[in-house]
Amino acid sequence: MDYDIQPIGDTGVKVTFKGEVAPSLNRTIRQFCSSLKKADIPGVVEWVPAYDSVTVYYEPHRIRFKEISKKMEDVHDKASDKEEMASRLLQVPVVYGGKYGPDLERVAMQNGLSPDDVVEIHAGEPYLVYMLGFLPGFPYLGGLDKRVATPRLDEPRGRTPAGSVGIASEQTGVYPMESPGGWNIIGQTPIRLFDPDRAHPFLFRAGDRIQFQPVTEEKFEVLKHQAANGELDLGIADDGETD
Amino acid sequence: MQEQKLFQVTKPGVLTSFQDLGRTGYQQYGVPVSGAMDQVALQIANILTGNPRGTACLEVTLIGPELVVTSPTPITAAITGASLEPKRNSKPLPMWQSVRLYPGDRLTFGRHQAGVRAYIAVAGGFQAPEYFQSKSTDVKSGFGRPLEKGQSITGFPINAKPGIGLTSAERPVYNKSITVSVIEGPHTGAFTQEGLDRFYNTIHIVDANSNRMGYKLISKPITQKDGVSIWSDAVPFGGIQVPKNGAPIILMADRQTTGGYPRIGTVMTADLPKLAQLVPKGEIRFQPIPVEAAQEHTRQLETYLHNLETFYQNGIC
Repeated sequence: MDYDIQPIGDTGVKVTFKGEVAPSLNRTIRQFCSSLKKADIPGVVEWVPAYDSVTVYYEPHRIRFKEISKKMEDVHDKASDKEEMASRLLQVPVVYGGKYGPDLERVAMQNGLSPDDVVEIHAGEPYLVYMLGFLPGFPYLGGLDKRVATPRLDEPRGRTPAGSVGIASEQTGVYPMESPGGWNIIGQTPIRLFDPDRAHPFLFRAGDRIQFQPVTEEKFEVLKHQAANGELDLGIADDGETD
Repeated sequence: MQEQKLFQVTKPGVLTSFQDLGRTGYQQYGVPVSGAMDQVALQIANILTGNPRGTACLEVTLIGPELVVTSPTPITAAITGASLEPKRNSKPLPMWQSVRLYPGDRLTFGRHQAGVRAYIAVAGGFQAPEYFQSKSTDVKSGFGRPLEKGQSITGFPINAKPGIGLTSAERPVYNKSITVSVIEGPHTGAFTQEGLDRFYNTIHIVDANSNRMGYKLISKPITQKDGVSIWSDAVPFGGIQVPKNGAPIILMADRQTTGGYPRIGTVMTADLPKLAQLVPKGEIRFQPIPVEAAQEHTRQLETYLHNLETFYQNGIC
């Protein structure tokens, strides 16, 4: 078997997929979730995809561990590796450095690069959203170039503004809301990743790819104003699976 | 149902917030579940006032608020959970039963006696901002705020029968030293035998610096094998994660949706209320339980609450 099934307390079951955490494993996980949704199993409350697993929460007075484990096998068997999994490519404008990215110069210095090099590398290739967590709408992105990897701050900041783009070790991410945090902040996006009052409250979902687009401070302020008034077209494109 | 005034907050207490059974369905987007720490006490408070079991209540923590009844008509309320000496106009107010409160009544709390969290339900329910179909306050996510001095609380009062209550034998007892059952995994293999032995065979103390997100434990270090690293995954209510320093943290209602520390196990659902009511510096012992046996406890609890609800529905209406 290329997967394991384990209980998570008495209300969860975790399906762990074997293999290297990579875009292909993420695709398997998304196919599993698609099959899970179709199965519409009574007693299932919700599920959480992660790097190499999906955890399914359920009500034990409606379905027991043994039964749900069997259902997970069925879901896995029915998941098709032929299924086209739409992967959206999202363009995310970012103003790098200055007051928006107070740690950019240090990230550059620690890696023996110029700030422009860091921006070029960071905005070079799209990132895959492996999972969301930590805060509502916070994407865990895979694919950061090791040349810009930088350890977390020794002392977390009390306040990191919403939209801050950061690096922590070999991860990069974007803060959906103001929060304390220990990531190195290299820029900021004017886009709101999370807005409970919006028709689609979450900008990202697992399986999306994100392309950061460097913008000027002027452009950032214009976009921020538009975003605040709900006038910003997010340009979300469905471009099919391109693993 | 018409929205009307219920209470004026003259003192907010140390942490008083609206909570229901939490915000489910959005964890895949990183939205924490939140909700009542003691979901049994919350559901019983609702049952006693004739509300649906998952209706939002006020969760009161250790030092309670002072509320003045501002409703133009009497309201029916029930207080369950921790014994925090509730009083109406300076006279003891019975807990675990529905009571009638009159315009101008002053509801206060006194000394802490047992447990940590009390729940105030009002018949008809409170009005509170709702995010993703839940009124649970989750400050970190930007969903609502704890009570503040001077705040006016409104609701949809209905005239339910007072005097509905649990017998003293039916009321939960909250101890300062508890044993909880743990379903092992998912990262049992990340720990040394010494770490596992210490976990199950020694007493753990709840650090005073514990909150709705998690309980930090003071323990003999729960050691991990060298070089183990795990991928972040979903974390449940009651999940017990162990950072490298060996000091376990039990994840509670306001936990994040995912975590990156190895987890030794998860406290079974039926034992979460006594954990939610365990005082700072309280003692915990852990014992392993097979998932099937834990689910039997959960099912019995659900049956008990269901029967209680059916019984009182017939009595109230």
